[in-house]
Amino acid sequence: MELLSVNGLCKHYDSFALRNVSFSLEEGYIMGFIGRNGAGKTTTLKSILNLVHPDAGEIRILGQPFAGNETACKQNLGVAFGGADYYPKRRLRDIAAVTRRFYPKWDDQAYLDYLKRFELDDAKRVEQLSAGMKVKFSLALALSHDARLLLLDEPTSGLDPISRDDLVELFQSLIETGERSILFSTHITSDLEKCADYITYIRDGQILASQEKDSLLEEYRLVKGPLALLAQADKTCLIGTKEHSFGFSALAKTADTARFPGAEISHATLEELMIYLDKEE
Amino acid sequence: MQIVLSNTSDQPIYQQIYEQLCAQIVKGELRADFCLPPIRTVAKELRISVITVKKAWEELERQGFIYTITGKGCFVAPLHLHERAGKRDDLVAERLQKDLAYYRGLGLSRQEMLELVEKYYDHP
Repeated sequence: MELLSVNGLCKHYDSFALRNVSFSLEEGYIMGFIGRNGAGKTTTLKSILNLVHPDAGEIRILGQPFAGNETACKQNLGVAFGGADYYPKRRLRDIAAVTRRFYPKWDDQAYLDYLKRFELDDAKRVEQLSAGMKVKFSLALALSHDARLLLLDEPTSGLDPISRDDLVELFQSLIETGERSILFSTHITSDLEKCADYITYIRDGQILASQEKDSLLEEYRLVKGPLALLAQADKTCLIGTKEHSFGFSALAKTADTARFPGAEISHATLEELMIYLDKEE
Repeated sequence: MQIVLSNTSDQPIYQQIYEQLCAQIVKGELRADFCLPPIRTVAKELRISVITVKKAWEELERQGFIYTITGKGCFVAPLHLHERAGKRDDLVAERLQKDLAYYRGLGLSRQEMLELVEKYYDHP
């Protein structure tokens, strides 16, 4: 079953537009949502939740249209947009006490387990938390009502490598039963390299790719070589070429790599894919 | 069942899993009808994506190393000794052809190749 489907989402602003954003996520998988600052990740996530009112497009959660069923849909949604930074003077336990009233399926034990896992003291006030602890607290709130679909905006940013690793492990155990899915945006692509099944890549308000991570990475190779090689190469096959004093580097479709004999061909990471693809107009 | 993944290998992760499990099945370390752990558990344990593990399992099934019982899981196929030997030879042939292409590229003759095998077989 598709836990999330986004179809033809459009939103126009004066200086930016989401154009025909479509992708979907089956149950039981992790999808990484990547793109530069300002590419439209947060706008897309907010449009999914109707926090931003899209000009066009349809959102379905667990097959149900979101429009008209917001309350029911939201029971199945866990959402964390950055760190909790509302009611700075309030204690964590007060905020949790308010949050739980919105969710019939709220599970106090799960909430307490997350507090423990994230080493959070719920007698503390929001303003006393570090940036990383605010993120952890907002995750604890998002995860404690047995949501089927988690929409997380930058859940790993601001966290140290050990906490990030712990979070990736948590994400994988959340989807282990095959009933939940996670869509999370991040700039830390190494986290996705580990756990993501799918990657959705947005550039300048448009979806450039939404597919299996492995197949996306297989589609491209890094090509490096001396400038002499670049001079005689078919540049139309090279993506985002960068020249420096001692040579060049670029991205190429895997099928095209045979056109560059003598070049150093290697696998690209997600980060490298972004760097080269984003350069290409 | 043992799986050790390399981050620096040029081989895709699913291929590494496939080859390691093949080897363990061919050598008889994984016995017939051994129940493989669920795909999602393997993914979590190895910190890799579910789809990657799925791909490795699919390849194992396609090559006849494992079979699936819907709702129960994946099991090591019962292979006769000669079938196991045959599959082992297939694996060897596949790798050897790639390696030989590399050595030929370096200009080694058949004779030189055989001499090198003799020389290094017992002393890797």
